[in-house]
Amino acid sequence: MENRIRYARTHVTRNEDLIFERTSPGKSGVALPPLDVPSAPANQILGANLYRDDVEGFPEVSELEVLRHFTRLSTWNYGVDTGLYPLGSCTMKYNPRVNEVVARLDGLATDHPYTPESLAQGCLKVLYETARCLAEITGMDAVTLQPAAGAQGELTGILMIRACLAERGNPRRYMLIPDSAHGTNPASVHTSGYEVRNIKSNAQGCVDLAELGRAMTEDVAGLMLTNPNTLGIFEVQIREIADRVHARGGLLYMDGANMNALVGVARPADFGVDVMHLNLHKTFTTPHGGGGPGSGPVAVKRFLEPYLPAPVVEQTPDGRYRLDSDRPKSIGRVRAFYGNFGMAVRALAYILANGPEGLRQTTEDAVLNANYIMTRLRDVYELPYDQPCLHECVFSDRRQAARGVRTMDIAKRLIDYGFHPYTAAFPLIVSGALMIEPTESAGKAELDAFIEAMRAIAAEIDEDPQFVLKAPYSTRVSRLDEATAARTPILRWKPQ
Amino acid sequence: MRYLPNSPAERAAMLEATGRRSIEELFNQIPEYLKLRGQLNLPGPLSEPEILEFFREAASRSSREYVSLLGAGAYTHYRPVVIDALISRGEFFTAYTPYQAELAQGTLQAMFEFQTLMTQLTGMEVSNASLYDGSTATTEAVLMALRITHREKVIVAHTLHPEYRQVLATYVQQQGIEVAEIPYAPTGQVDLPKLEAALSPETAAVVVQSPNFFGALEPVRQVAELAHQRGALLIVSIAEPLSLGIIQPPREADIVSGEAQSFGVPVAFGGPYLGFLTCREKFLRQMPGRLVGQTTDAEGRRGFVLTLATREQHIRREKATSNICTNQSLCALAATIYLCLLGKGGLKSVAEHNLAKAHYAAAQLRAVPDVGTPFAAPFFNEFVVKVPGSAEELLAALREERIIGGLALEQFYPELESHLLICATETIGRAAIDRMCEVYRRFQARANTQGSAPEIQSAPASRN
Repeated sequence: MENRIRYARTHVTRNEDLIFERTSPGKSGVALPPLDVPSAPANQILGANLYRDDVEGFPEVSELEVLRHFTRLSTWNYGVDTGLYPLGSCTMKYNPRVNEVVARLDGLATDHPYTPESLAQGCLKVLYETARCLAEITGMDAVTLQPAAGAQGELTGILMIRACLAERGNPRRYMLIPDSAHGTNPASVHTSGYEVRNIKSNAQGCVDLAELGRAMTEDVAGLMLTNPNTLGIFEVQIREIADRVHARGGLLYMDGANMNALVGVARPADFGVDVMHLNLHKTFTTPHGGGGPGSGPVAVKRFLEPYLPAPVVEQTPDGRYRLDSDRPKSIGRVRAFYGNFGMAVRALAYILANGPEGLRQTTEDAVLNANYIMTRLRDVYELPYDQPCLHECVFSDRRQAARGVRTMDIAKRLIDYGFHPYTAAFPLIVSGALMIEPTESAGKAELDAFIEAMRAIAAEIDEDPQFVLKAPYSTRVSRLDEATAARTPILRWKPQ
Repeated sequence: MRYLPNSPAERAAMLEATGRRSIEELFNQIPEYLKLRGQLNLPGPLSEPEILEFFREAASRSSREYVSLLGAGAYTHYRPVVIDALISRGEFFTAYTPYQAELAQGTLQAMFEFQTLMTQLTGMEVSNASLYDGSTATTEAVLMALRITHREKVIVAHTLHPEYRQVLATYVQQQGIEVAEIPYAPTGQVDLPKLEAALSPETAAVVVQSPNFFGALEPVRQVAELAHQRGALLIVSIAEPLSLGIIQPPREADIVSGEAQSFGVPVAFGGPYLGFLTCREKFLRQMPGRLVGQTTDAEGRRGFVLTLATREQHIRREKATSNICTNQSLCALAATIYLCLLGKGGLKSVAEHNLAKAHYAAAQLRAVPDVGTPFAAPFFNEFVVKVPGSAEELLAALREERIIGGLALEQFYPELESHLLICATETIGRAAIDRMCEVYRRFQARANTQGSAPEIQSAPASRN
């Protein structure tokens, strides 16, 4: 079987201790300039009760040891820079290096959030221009950049729906969510004070209009919809969906996690969407960073603008920028200061690099790549919803499961071929889902290698399923015992 | 477009493989009437030099030529160059959340080290892998306390960061939770008798910040006693955790939450930062956010995984402990690297420099006639100053000398007109402090000679 591993990359297999195990008293990785004011006697100023002499267990290492430690750790990771990262619904696309450079410029990285407005015109301009571009891309009227992540954007948007409906007389009680939705949707709805009502998808994986008609009562505040949905399929009846929600006095929320399928091609404002969030770390190339920081701007139609979190960045007639905090109908703040500013810098750099043509070409490539994978794998993996996709395609492991190999096993074996796995076991409406989103950042040669790997794994499963069940073989650690980790949690290092 | 790897020929070959005749056919499922006609109205495309020019121009209209004495929840500390060298490695910054543990041991081990460092610093038993920021971490701590105690009232010190209080209010607005605020005593600390009077058997939690928004250290032990007598939990919020290098952690607390931006993350006009949340082990199952745990692989080697996911939204959906779906991994990595570089001795030294700078600045300011520091409580690197006359006018005079002289407190505390919140970290030189005091002296002299209407150029409105 070893000869099948044609695309494996090398891993550093040597061990790297925890930093706490490398420590030796008296070392430090920094030197301070001499103190140019009289030293302050901490134990006297603070008193014996408050003064701390020592942080027990803290590391003591030199600069080079720190550098080598984290460099070695990094080699055990896989990133977009390493290769294809086809995680469905995550949009793992190239994070341009110039974005990192401009986000670190003196004046942008160094301005304090309470800098007087007259001295922070550059930062305010970046916020204003980013919001303006996102409004144009979505067709919506106003944008807030305050939410720190997609899930916080959801919460913000739902709270705005609630505030609007409350002002109309009744905030209502329920929010509708399709069964194909991401888990953050119901969790955010719950935090916003609504109860979740799930609605079943139809045979095409889309919202069932009849089911929606039954569920959309006067008790329901609205519908939270992902479009294209988590199967990568466009909700063709979205205008009718919006009409039915609106006819009963509800509002339509769109989860914009999958905007990489739509930028430059279609705009949610035209679908009848009232409020939506974007993920700058998906569609707009801000790095995922191993799990954040993200950014989840919220875009709204004009009638919801009064409820945006305060403050809002404005441009005055003389071309200057200012923060407007006087917003009596605002839902309030969802985060201190103005959101993840550094992510706005990167997203704006990405939009400027592309321009309108580049963004449209990007969307086309992302959709072409997903359809190419779907076409070339459909004879070996089952396609539960057999229709053209947009930016991602979802297979089922049904054929492979008959031989005892599930989607997560296939994912682990893919690692040995040098690829990051796809998203396994989501969306929940597909049994044993393989959710593949190549993004526009994969070239044909890389896609062909990935397709070949997926086909080779299918062949392995036919020949020797047991072999696949023990994958991966090429990583520093093999499959980890997650059950023990959860049963007897070890969440920190302790001295022996 | 330079970011796209496919050539026209490759696109054509792929399109043919899919059986489509044109790219437009790929979008057939979108109804024609919903498609965008024409192009987006956006600037660009820009080349790399043009992008640099655009952002350099923006960066030039900033406060970068100024000395800034702003703190108030975001702190300017020196960032060793090794931090950016390491977090700029593509394996770290272009990786996803470490759900595929075998391919993410780097991120996972670093987060395990972060969790360890945060427990050591805060004196708590467990830490999560970080949250959005200090305001949301403190809010999540309150929501956690509500779940643990099954009570519905919360008491918050008025000296908790005003924006943290605003975020808390947003989150609990639909949940029927009552939030009461306790005023501060003349020392600048929470008013203990008023706190005692406000506590009841329905109180889920007491929230204090230490050092608080005024920079004052709170009497955490006494607050804990009062809270615990009534069966309430104590949440201590910390916006400047560098203080923990020389100040005892709030060991009497049940949950410690806060902002760790001070640890190697730039102030960057407000974000991204990283919230932290640590607590007693018995509350672990109610903790929000990601947790990294140690385990072994099939061969018995040590490895790390995301664990206790049954608390989280992707498993529990609406029954999850929080809707949060991310941490601030790369910022937490920066904080981990920063703390490892400093180490035990470096952390203490940097904290001592902060203490010395702020106490020097306070002493020099107190020496100016009519200038005072009204709160007597001990402080770390931040303190409140009462100035002679208008705070806004003094700030304008300081700007003439390229100094941003702190935060006018009146916008958050209307009773504190003529009061500034001043922060002096290790990055502030003695010369700048002395220059600031010189401006105070001139300002005071003019105010003194001209009575109540000092003839200083009329100051722009608040924050301008």
